[in-house]
Amino acid sequence: MSGWTTHEGVAVALPLDNVDTDQLIPARFMSRPRTAGYGGFLLHDLRGPGFALDAPGAAGASILIAGRNFGCGSSREAAVYALVDAGFRAVAAPSFGDIFAANAVNNGLLPARMDTAALLGQPPGPARIDLAACTLTLAGRTRPFALDPVWQARLVNGWDDIDLTASYRAGIAAHAARRREQAPWLWATTKGAMPRNPGRQE
Amino acid sequence: MTTLFDRLWDSHVVTTRPDGAALLWVDRHYVHEGSHHGFAKLAVRGLALAEPALTIGVADHYVPTRRPGPGAAPDVARMIATLSANAAAHGFRLFGMEDDDQGIVHVIGPEQGLTLPGMLVVCGDSHTSTHGALGTWGFGIGATDVAHVLATQTIWQKKPARMRLRFDGRAAPGVGAKDMALHWISRLGADGARGHAIEYAGDAVRALSVEGRLTLCNLSIEGGARCGMVAPDATTFDWLRGRPHVPPDFDAACDGWAALASDPDAAFDAEQAFDMADIAPLVTWGTSPEQALPVTATLPDPARAAPGRAAALAGALDYMGLRPGQRLDTVAVDRVFIGSCTNARIEDLRAAAAVLAGRRALVPGMVAPGSMPVKRQAEDEGLDRVFRAAGLDWVASGCSMCVAMNGDMAAPGERVASSTNRNFRGRQGPGVRTHLMSPAMVAAAAVTGRLADVRPLLEGRA
Repeated sequence: MSGWTTHEGVAVALPLDNVDTDQLIPARFMSRPRTAGYGGFLLHDLRGPGFALDAPGAAGASILIAGRNFGCGSSREAAVYALVDAGFRAVAAPSFGDIFAANAVNNGLLPARMDTAALLGQPPGPARIDLAACTLTLAGRTRPFALDPVWQARLVNGWDDIDLTASYRAGIAAHAARRREQAPWLWATTKGAMPRNPGRQE
Repeated sequence: MTTLFDRLWDSHVVTTRPDGAALLWVDRHYVHEGSHHGFAKLAVRGLALAEPALTIGVADHYVPTRRPGPGAAPDVARMIATLSANAAAHGFRLFGMEDDDQGIVHVIGPEQGLTLPGMLVVCGDSHTSTHGALGTWGFGIGATDVAHVLATQTIWQKKPARMRLRFDGRAAPGVGAKDMALHWISRLGADGARGHAIEYAGDAVRALSVEGRLTLCNLSIEGGARCGMVAPDATTFDWLRGRPHVPPDFDAACDGWAALASDPDAAFDAEQAFDMADIAPLVTWGTSPEQALPVTATLPDPARAAPGRAAALAGALDYMGLRPGQRLDTVAVDRVFIGSCTNARIEDLRAAAAVLAGRRALVPGMVAPGSMPVKRQAEDEGLDRVFRAAGLDWVASGCSMCVAMNGDMAAPGERVASSTNRNFRGRQGPGVRTHLMSPAMVAAAAVTGRLADVRPLLEGRA
């Protein structure tokens, strides 16, 4: 994953609250390998004439502006894959599902937390994001957005957690050794079949 | 001053960076067919599993519920086979489709004693919050984090805020954990607990069985919470005793687990209290779990809603094929479904059977038990005969029509009374209209052919 600090592209408004990850990608497409590309599945069952993302001028949009609780629901990272594969780099919304936001950052997609009420009626248009300053510029006005500094650093640097974690190997091994001493039975997962009707109340 | 969540957090921190991100040890990692993206990421890097013995595989999301039966469609069968191949290649325990103890991951983890108090449990599934019912810290993660846990047995997190939801008073007959959950979510919103770790407390939570607590914690995510939990107590320990994977010195372990509680003076970042006297059997009417009302209520009118809300209300009513001002208990249903990690445990099946006994369902429907052990237990108790006599299909365990990945789905436009967790557009199939409710309320819908108050149907019954 490569990092980024500024992005310019077309912003498109999706004036809906609670856009859940089942909307972002319906479950029936999730058995495909990522290499097949997920962009065509984005918001699949909402698409068609009159839909915001299919409006003239929305083609090639890379910044999505939405209502509250965007990405709520299922933990499916495929929802982020669909956005990223369709060319999106950022979603601006008043709030996000927590798991979605974490998945977004893991894929270089910015979850920009901001009041979007004034932006949801805007037609598609050019916009600019400054990740260092945490601002979104749209229709001649620059607005701030909120972003956890840990996530900001990861997006800017394109850090990969598995590589980062490798430097903590000794601490992890020490914790694992303590846990093994306290609770060796945690590791005994191969044995055991279910007794008939445990805890059955007659 | 310390909360239960603080205790769970502190006992799992490997290190904390100056920016506040903490590296946390994971005691149990459940994977399922949908975890294939995580394994693919691992394969690209040529990495092995850090702790195969702490990794448990479960086939649930895609498994056919007609077993034996015609078998799975090729793309579904491939998902199941991929999980089996990963289990064999990496050497972790798999509860596969043919396993006698197979079931839905959030049912069998607690059922097997693989999830225990004090653990940190993760899974690539948002309903991992379920495991909190045992005093466990469980949360759902995406594929990148699944790969990270597979490779390191740890996960990076920033500490969430702490929220306590209290429920006091006695539950009225016909009111249960599902109603408690839909009640708080309808009051606080589908993002009402966003960024928070919930602890459920109060005498009505203490009075819940473990099954009820599992339902309550399961739905934490539908209110936006990072996790939900109940401090373990004698109810927890009695339920766990004798399960296959509990510690050999069980009583000593319980003594340790009893310390997993919030101090009386512990401070929470947010707190809400609910009176059980205010909670009636609820149903959802819209396309978000926050759109729930008592079954005796009438539907909201967008014309009278706040300007910012009117469009969302109108959109939900339109999708659901409902009219403003319509009484909920006049809405006819086409199909019923009892199942899912939310409400398919033995107690849920007993509650539904208590309503169905001696009655016929007016609409078709399916009962998919939460696990094969639950299925066997229900059959020992004769519950399967009640479901079959009512005209419902009694099938094998899996996520089934809750997520419609295995081919179990309703037809476009059909209205389903469902004991599941999400009424999102298209969740149970394209164009399908889902109403969430308790298993007893689903049974009431089955025998009346409409959304119905279960309370009169319980009169004169246990």
